[in-house]
Amino acid sequence: MNTFKIGGVHPQDNKRYSAHQQIVTCPLPEKAIIPLIQHIGAPAQPIVEKGEKVRVGQLIAKAGGFVSANIHAPFSGTITKIDTTVDAWGARVPAIFMDVEGDLWEEDIDRTTAVVRESQMEPKEIIDRITAAGIVGLGGACFPTHVKLLPPPGKKAEMLIINGVECEPYLTCDHQLMLEHGEEIIIGIQLLMRALGIKRAVIGIEKNKPDAIARMQALCSRILGVSVIPLNMKYPQGGEKQLIDACIGRQVPSGALPIEVGAVVDNVATVYAVYEAVQKRKPLISRVITITGKSVAKPGNYEVRFGTPLADVVALAGGIPEDTGKIIGGGPMMGRAMNSLDMPANKRVSGLLFLPEKESRRIEPENCIRCGKCVSACPMGLEPYLLSRQSELQMWDEMKQHSVMDCIECGCCQFTCPSHRPLLDYVRMGKAKVGGILRARAAAAKVAAEAAAAKNNQ
Amino acid sequence: MNVIIISLIVLGVTGLVAAVLLYIIAQKFKVEEDPRIDQVQEVLPGANCGGCGFAGCRALSEACVKATSLEGLFCPVGGAETMAKVGDILGLAPVATEPKVAVVRCNGTCEARPRTSEYNGARSCQIMHNLYVGETACPFGCLGCGDCVAACNFGALSMDPETGLPVVDEEKCTSCGQCVKACPRNIIELRKKGPKSRRMVVMCVNKDKGAPARKACLNACIGCGKCQTVCAFDAITVENNLAYIDYNKCRLCRKCEDACPTHAIHAVHFPPRKPAEEQPVTETGKEAQA
Repeated sequence: MNTFKIGGVHPQDNKRYSAHQQIVTCPLPEKAIIPLIQHIGAPAQPIVEKGEKVRVGQLIAKAGGFVSANIHAPFSGTITKIDTTVDAWGARVPAIFMDVEGDLWEEDIDRTTAVVRESQMEPKEIIDRITAAGIVGLGGACFPTHVKLLPPPGKKAEMLIINGVECEPYLTCDHQLMLEHGEEIIIGIQLLMRALGIKRAVIGIEKNKPDAIARMQALCSRILGVSVIPLNMKYPQGGEKQLIDACIGRQVPSGALPIEVGAVVDNVATVYAVYEAVQKRKPLISRVITITGKSVAKPGNYEVRFGTPLADVVALAGGIPEDTGKIIGGGPMMGRAMNSLDMPANKRVSGLLFLPEKESRRIEPENCIRCGKCVSACPMGLEPYLLSRQSELQMWDEMKQHSVMDCIECGCCQFTCPSHRPLLDYVRMGKAKVGGILRARAAAAKVAAEAAAAKNNQ
Repeated sequence: MNVIIISLIVLGVTGLVAAVLLYIIAQKFKVEEDPRIDQVQEVLPGANCGGCGFAGCRALSEACVKATSLEGLFCPVGGAETMAKVGDILGLAPVATEPKVAVVRCNGTCEARPRTSEYNGARSCQIMHNLYVGETACPFGCLGCGDCVAACNFGALSMDPETGLPVVDEEKCTSCGQCVKACPRNIIELRKKGPKSRRMVVMCVNKDKGAPARKACLNACIGCGKCQTVCAFDAITVENNLAYIDYNKCRLCRKCEDACPTHAIHAVHFPPRKPAEEQPVTETGKEAQA
């Protein structure tokens, strides 16, 4: 076992460029832009006004709903305006602009590096602190963590699975975090276990990080209920459903959430943020990102506060290499090419990858030869060749029947296609369309049901 | 010899029995259908484009036969001529409908709208629109992959390689609306063809504020409202930093065209102006096809 059962591919991991590079803290910028959408769900609502002075860690935007997250000031300084900014893909997002002045922190935040082990907090208190700190899943999807910790009625969490897999090629930030802050991560895991009221937790780590496995094993050897599972390398092992399969051998049913099989999955970076929020009262204002690529002068792992212009971080890593053809936000498999580096660092960006010109061109697609490689590579057991064709022909209902909504957009199909067909492009578009249609139908059904109920009441 | 006779008899009898059986079944399960449906379908063009709002020509003819008046039922491909024939068959008076034409409301030519990035994925506007803002900085403008060209059943659309924008052949356009549905950015609109095909159009759908819109594209509508002020007929509304001309109110006076600082308002198919104003004339003449 020790890996998920169906599908998966083995891309070259290319982690050597930035692996084992000490985490470097990025210096403070002069001006910062803090986007108000840094998570899945409703945008946060700003609660500060133009001209207001803020301190580091002060709440500046409140969660805009249950599935949303608070945003705190990553810097101290003056708010200059609340406007829209352009994200790396050209879309407009609301944002708070500020001038950075000094580095004045909120007083109750513990800024020492000492590890705080003791905690007698009630589960509710822990979850409240996590909610207040605006913690989201730092693995990539940015799903608000507090939502995961409050299972829907009737569902019981049995197992906490910690994602230390980092299956994306090139990225090394989680690896380095485990090496440098392993102890804090273990405390974070215990806090989450207490919050969920469960006794068992496993940490899944791929075998290409033997030092991280050894370190975490040594740390959790004396802690009851926490163990490390070394996993065979395979992409996309870091996917929630794949990780559950790999670690505890349970399959999440189609369309269901991990809680259906009693599992809660959190990334190591998220767990570290939980530790900081609960034990040190430090809200989520920074994260470790990997700047990497073959020609990057100083590839490495950098701790950046949200709002720092990415161009500043890149300058720290030696600037944009000359032969760069594409800059990818995230890893090469699931990341997206970026339009510009004007965007600030935020909760969503886990890394920047500089691909050389000759590696960044797509190969001209040819006809599908029906070899079925994409079908055997799909970790969700879907038929990407069929879905992409249906999407081309706009057969939305048929796509729904073929479970397009289960697609995790991992890109294995496109990676493995010998004809270089843009399978994921089409499937992703179809998924967006089908999702929209389903939401519209649900809304229409709700309206109809309400109308019928109103009629019955009369 | 015997074999031939026997087989003839067997086949003949089987055939006869089958024919009688089929006749009885056909009579028993006969579907009563108004013969006029077939007649109406005969005169419809048979393009099955869905431009009338029905699933196909058959569905439209069924709707026509059921209807008590031809109000709201119109075949954009066949036009008034076809509807008159349909009216004759059904004994209904044809309702006059203004002919319409597809209008591409984007004038972000390659020159006016500099490229900021290069797209390397599947050539489809839908996908590009899903992924990001497009190859230029304008999040509203034409993406140039030609989804509308592929959607057109009548060969009325083509991409102009020079401008990178789709061009409507007004002779061929039947205003069926397939391109309107295909465009993920809602750039194409069905507008009244106008007298002698003359009309005024705001060739932009950018809802950004003036500065970013202008930065992204030199031809963008910046929502300054000058056209609204100059319009004597209340035909122009500026909403979300974007002007829109109501074609039912527009009297084609061309004042807005002169007022527009970015030349986002185009006068289409107008005769050339006086020689003194040679410059704008050639411009409108060139873009008349767009």
